[in-house]
Amino acid sequence: MSAGEFTFYLLSAVILIFSVMAVSSRKLLRAAIYLLFVLVSVAVFYLILDYLFLAAVQVVVYMGGILVLIIFSILLTSHLAERLPVVPTWTVIVTSITTIIGAGVVLSILYEQKLIASLGKAGTYDVETIGKSLLSYEKLGYVLPFEVISILLLAALVAAIVIAKKPKGSKSIEQ
Amino acid sequence: MNAYDYTLWIFVLPFLSFVITGLLKGRIKASLTGLIATSVIGISTVLSYLTAYKYFIVNKSTPYVAVEAMSTTWLRFSQMDVDFGILLDPISVMMLVVITTVSFMVHIYSTGYMKGDPGYSRYFSFLSLFSFSMLGLVISTNLIQMYIFWELVGVSSFLLIGYYYQKPSAVAAAKKAFIVTRFADFGFLVGILILSNYAGTFNFIDLTDPNGILITQPIGASFMGISVLVWALILIFMGGAGKSAMFPFHIWLPDAMEGPTPVSALIHAATMVVAGVYLVARMFPVFSLGAPEALGVVAFIGAFTSLFAAIIATTQRDIKKILAYSTISQIGYMMLALGVSGYGGEQGLGFTASMFHLFTHAFFKALLFLGAGSIIHAVHTNYMDEMGGLRKHMPATHITFLIACLAISGIPPLAGFFSKDEILVAAYQSNMTYFLVEYLVAGLTSFYMFRLYFRVFWNKEPAYKHTPHESPNSMVIPMVILSLGAAFTGFIHFSGFVTSDGAAFDSHIHWNIAIAAIAIAIIGIGVAWKLYASSSDLSSRISKSLGAIYTVAKDKFYIDEVYIFITKKIIFNLVSRPIAWFDRHIVDGTMNLIGNGTVAISYRIRKFQSGNLHQYAFMFGVGVLIATAIYLYFITA
Amino acid sequence: MIEDISLTQILTVSTLMFFIGVYGFLTRKNMISMLISVEIMLNAVNINFVAVNKYLHPQALEGHFFTLFIIAIAAAEAAVAIAIFINLYRSINSIDVDDVTEMKY
Repeated sequence: MSAGEFTFYLLSAVILIFSVMAVSSRKLLRAAIYLLFVLVSVAVFYLILDYLFLAAVQVVVYMGGILVLIIFSILLTSHLAERLPVVPTWTVIVTSITTIIGAGVVLSILYEQKLIASLGKAGTYDVETIGKSLLSYEKLGYVLPFEVISILLLAALVAAIVIAKKPKGSKSIEQ
Repeated sequence: MNAYDYTLWIFVLPFLSFVITGLLKGRIKASLTGLIATSVIGISTVLSYLTAYKYFIVNKSTPYVAVEAMSTTWLRFSQMDVDFGILLDPISVMMLVVITTVSFMVHIYSTGYMKGDPGYSRYFSFLSLFSFSMLGLVISTNLIQMYIFWELVGVSSFLLIGYYYQKPSAVAAAKKAFIVTRFADFGFLVGILILSNYAGTFNFIDLTDPNGILITQPIGASFMGISVLVWALILIFMGGAGKSAMFPFHIWLPDAMEGPTPVSALIHAATMVVAGVYLVARMFPVFSLGAPEALGVVAFIGAFTSLFAAIIATTQRDIKKILAYSTISQIGYMMLALGVSGYGGEQGLGFTASMFHLFTHAFFKALLFLGAGSIIHAVHTNYMDEMGGLRKHMPATHITFLIACLAISGIPPLAGFFSKDEILVAAYQSNMTYFLVEYLVAGLTSFYMFRLYFRVFWNKEPAYKHTPHESPNSMVIPMVILSLGAAFTGFIHFSGFVTSDGAAFDSHIHWNIAIAAIAIAIIGIGVAWKLYASSSDLSSRISKSLGAIYTVAKDKFYIDEVYIFITKKIIFNLVSRPIAWFDRHIVDGTMNLIGNGTVAISYRIRKFQSGNLHQYAFMFGVGVLIATAIYLYFITA
Repeated sequence: MIEDISLTQILTVSTLMFFIGVYGFLTRKNMISMLISVEIMLNAVNINFVAVNKYLHPQALEGHFFTLFIIAIAAAEAAVAIAIFINLYRSINSIDVDDVTEMKY
């Protein structure tokens, strides 16, 4: 097989195996680490598709931000030796049947389509183009979502602070 | 015609009096309300006389035509309109005169009779309401307007019969009157609807036009072998029969004597009960030219009722009940006269006679009731067994009462003679059976009236608790005025004014019939004098010997009991009870089922709101899957 | 584009990853585990967008930007979610999703 195929199969195997382990692990911290591996694989995937900026954003935001947050919260809310409860068999069966059916539906539609890769030349994805696109207000400019996202992030920031603030005079978890 | 514009005030003024006295009662002195009501009616009376003068004498036209003094369109439907207006023609102008005169007399009388009664103001406001309704009824231009005022008259009658509302018998009598007349009015309404459906109009002038659509084009439809027009007219007559207390709707009138006596005088003697006769007279061209079968029904009911009521009247003991049955009998006369009448000129003698009798009857019957009220006021009892020898104590009442009795018996030269003679002539000219029946009733009439007269004013005087004295002037003066009417109105040449087609004709006394009528009246008086003028027990011996016949007649032929049996045992049990069961269990049950069902279902499915996030997510996912699957495989496949 | 790999294969991987995330979301009780499953789902979607963009419309940038924005939103959402978890842990000392059923009937 060619290099491209080998890389892709390896990458998809990593993604799928580690995501299964992330959702079925009994130790919470290990689940978080498996998630880390999944995120890394996705970043690699972006790399082999020539989306360099996106890969960088993925690493920085997801792994450096979200995952760190998740690990902090795991450490804050559970003890390291705690094992998550076993899922009842009935739930497992029902849920797996549902997901398999769902996956079947989507895949059946997918395989009916004739998706032919376009033979056009790839566009440029350097940072300058991306930056200009983000702030342009011509057609296919993204200035509106950009501004909206900035407001959203502000709102999320305020919300997180307000919600996680310790209320006055209440018991903290140290006591 | 703006010559008659003021006629609007004839019936609007009593309405204003009703509103004002009704609203102000309790706030102003009671006697002031009496004064307001009486003066308003006085003004209406003057205006009515003015109208009569203008219509009959000043604007005399041959033949007399119906004049619409005013008319406005009130309701507009696509095919016909309901108007509101004032119609002046010979019978309505005559009725205006009668109603306002008698009402005015009754108002003056009531100021004396009802003095000191706690509901004095209420009484006068209801009396004004009645005057307004009755006046509105006679000047209606169309059937719907007449129906509205018809019901209003029924309501006023109900209010006045039940005036002594603390007496359960009065309340029951008021309900009975209203329900019986309402039931008859149902027939009236159906008749109106059928008639106007075929004629395309409600208006009287158009309906009764001899060249109009209703009479010249016979209606093809028929129902059960009888033409629809005949059915409609019979139903309309049913309404009139209810209001006029014809058999079998007569049951309410004797019970209506529970009301105060001036009310009986006004409503149940002179004005409201003749509304049925007025209705038939109003629709007379249609009856006579379009559906003579209906006229036959009218004549039969009239004759039967007059005989029936006269027989019952001879056995009654309560003076007001005797007068009530006498009224029923006399109205039977009027209906019979209409029933045997033809149309146009000499043929219409019955019509003229009926209207003439209506006119004179109003005077002497009202006088009789007012006299009875005067007697009751003095003696404090209604039963003639407890009275006697009153001629010494109450001279004015005695003389006026005697004049009225002579008038009703048909003794010349009093009014009743002329009108009754014309009716007998009309009956003689058309149907011998009816003539003989009416002849017999004339004799019975004089018998029971003079039975009453002799028993009360002659006979032996019982021991009165306190000696009766003559009534105050406010009560005597109206009686005197009415007695003048009863005495002299017979000389009016009625056939010059009120005829079936408006054209005057000459009527004269047929002396052969007249002498026969006078003869039987004198026989009746004589028998009554023999039995009742002196205190002998001859009358009770005769009644005992008649045995069962006497008892049946005394108990009013058990008609009331039959009605109660029909309604209680048959209608209530067979019709009302199942319907009530249906309503309670099935209709209400369905509603309750829906309500309780909703509650029960919601109790079961509240588990969906579990607060369990996984369940929500699961449902969400499954729902999306199903929606997608349906969309893909079933809709777009 | 990756040589010799068709778009369908990439989309298959993305689908499977997504449904693994759904399975995890429906099965797990711990709220942070549920958050992890959500992140897996979001990443699957991101792969989807990027692949379609690269294979079907190489000149366009829509898929790329969509993915960028999804990453930003996922970050904000994770931050707020964790703030809520911390707050909840303070009140009821548990982050089990079965313990927060106060909005039930």
